[in-house]
Amino acid sequence: MERVTRRKTNATHSHILCRVNDDNPGLIVESRQVGIRFPSGTLALHGLDLGVREGEFVSLVGPSGCGKSTFLRLVAGLLDPTEGQLTVGGMGPIHARKTSHSCGFVFQSPTLLPWRTVQENLVLPLELEGMASAARRVVAEEWLERVGLTEFAKAWPAQLSGGMRMRVSIARALASRPRILLMDEPFAALDDITRGGLQEELLRLRAEIGFTTLFVTHNVSEAVFLSDRVVVMTGRPGRIQGEVAVGFGGCRDDDLRGDAAFASKIREVAHLLKMATP
Amino acid sequence: MIARLSKNVLPPLAFLAIVVVGWGLVVRGFALPSYLVPSPVAVFLEAWASRSDLGHASLVTLAGALCGFGLSLVLGTAVALVFAQAAWIRASLFPYAIFLQTVPIVAVAPLIVIWFGAGFPSVVLVSFVLSVFPILSNAVTGLVRVDPELLELFQIHNATRWQILTKLRLPHAVPMVVAGAKVSSGLTVIGAIVGEFFAGYGAQTPGLGYLILQSSGQLRTELLFACVAASTLLGLSVFLATGLVARLVLARLDEPGRRQ
Ligand SMILES: Nc1ncnc2c1ncn2[C@@H]1O[C@H](COP(=O)(O)OP(=O)(O)O)[C@@H](O)[C@H]1O
Ligand SMILES: [Mg+2]
Repeated sequence: MERVTRRKTNATHSHILCRVNDDNPGLIVESRQVGIRFPSGTLALHGLDLGVREGEFVSLVGPSGCGKSTFLRLVAGLLDPTEGQLTVGGMGPIHARKTSHSCGFVFQSPTLLPWRTVQENLVLPLELEGMASAARRVVAEEWLERVGLTEFAKAWPAQLSGGMRMRVSIARALASRPRILLMDEPFAALDDITRGGLQEELLRLRAEIGFTTLFVTHNVSEAVFLSDRVVVMTGRPGRIQGEVAVGFGGCRDDDLRGDAAFASKIREVAHLLKMATP
Repeated sequence: MIARLSKNVLPPLAFLAIVVVGWGLVVRGFALPSYLVPSPVAVFLEAWASRSDLGHASLVTLAGALCGFGLSLVLGTAVALVFAQAAWIRASLFPYAIFLQTVPIVAVAPLIVIWFGAGFPSVVLVSFVLSVFPILSNAVTGLVRVDPELLELFQIHNATRWQILTKLRLPHAVPMVVAGAKVSSGLTVIGAIVGEFFAGYGAQTPGLGYLILQSSGQLRTELLFACVAASTLLGLSVFLATGLVARLVLARLDEPGRRQ
């Protein structure tokens, strides 16, 4: 069941077509007509409707500067929307952040602290939360093993390759068991081979432990390879142009990249993206 | 080791030798009077004869410089912590910190002596005023200019102000404070000598500053030259020692993590 929702760039209809239900308890992120105007006057987002269901992997693609990073920051509770309603786990994002570990965030750069070892970096969020050091060590060992970095526990970030640093960054975001994993072009700075490896690793982690992900990328093939749904945004002020349900299921591997169905999904997303770009 | 020594130490020594020989030849060739320019040999003989005075004076000056340095490190970092709290604090106070950097120390030193009396405390204060700025400004930069994404990461995980300070800002500032301390270390000795000019402790415990004043007053130019040499050596030793300590501290704290 592959469903494509396309939409004219007409803001007044967008919330109808991408409606998110009150009575859908499985929604982790629910955005209704969300917009934000920065104090500088820039209207970055306007009329954005999006729902992300529990366990779903949703990618956001769109022209650069359309507000993708801004939307992730809103979900993370770092910014407050100036229009519409946004909830994370049924609460306002800032409230959600303050009361529970609502989000794990992975930036484009690994953002590791250079004066901490890999292990100390990995459990930083748990340390900030006040988890005792013995318990942290258990979690660190579990996650180091999961991302294959056990022997680098005591290494410094500077001693790792770019791909390994990103694995630490992903493990750090997931180790605090957030309601949603937010990733902002995490693999954009990596070479193709490393990126491919990390994409598969991310799928493997998801199959192993199951988490909800909102993933920003400008790489269409990456979005299709990873996601259940690819959501295309319009140029600034950003809102939803349309979405492509991917539906390749859980077991994806490198062979999928050569598949004809894969190529056709990429074309669909690329087409939407072209309509979104002025 | 030998190779490095011969590369870093020999050339300046060779240059010094050439200058000293040239200086000797000039003094002899133009038959300059010794109260104007003494010969290197005369300076060396005078320095040797007054070695205990010079050594003692150097130690007195060193004590003033080290106390001034310590004060700069402690107060410089403490004030930087206040500055790091808010942009409006920096905006309203930083101009006065720059004042420390630009005010001519010879104008302020007499004031300090008037307020704190002639003696050790005034010497330490002059040394402090002269050397605090590099530490202060570097510490502020290190505390404030952390990666905004790292700040967001800490915010996402609900870090307290205290956690952001101790786990992010302070560790980030350490290498910069150390770099500032290296610049300051040379200034502390100059500050102590200038301080002694104005607040010398008199004949009982003369530092290099006092010895310089005395020898110039008595036109003992050989001793004056020897004092200049001793001051330079003292400044150099403090600078090199600080560099060594800095290296050890950095190696301890973040080797090799910092070299990302
Ligand atoms: N803190 C801010 N203040 C003012 N304008 C901002 C701020 N953050 C982002 N913007 C603006 O909002 C728009 C969207 O930015 P961003 O979300 O980073 O885009 P994207 O991630 O899609 O490339 C851009 O025009 C950007 O200049
Ligand atoms: Mg962005």
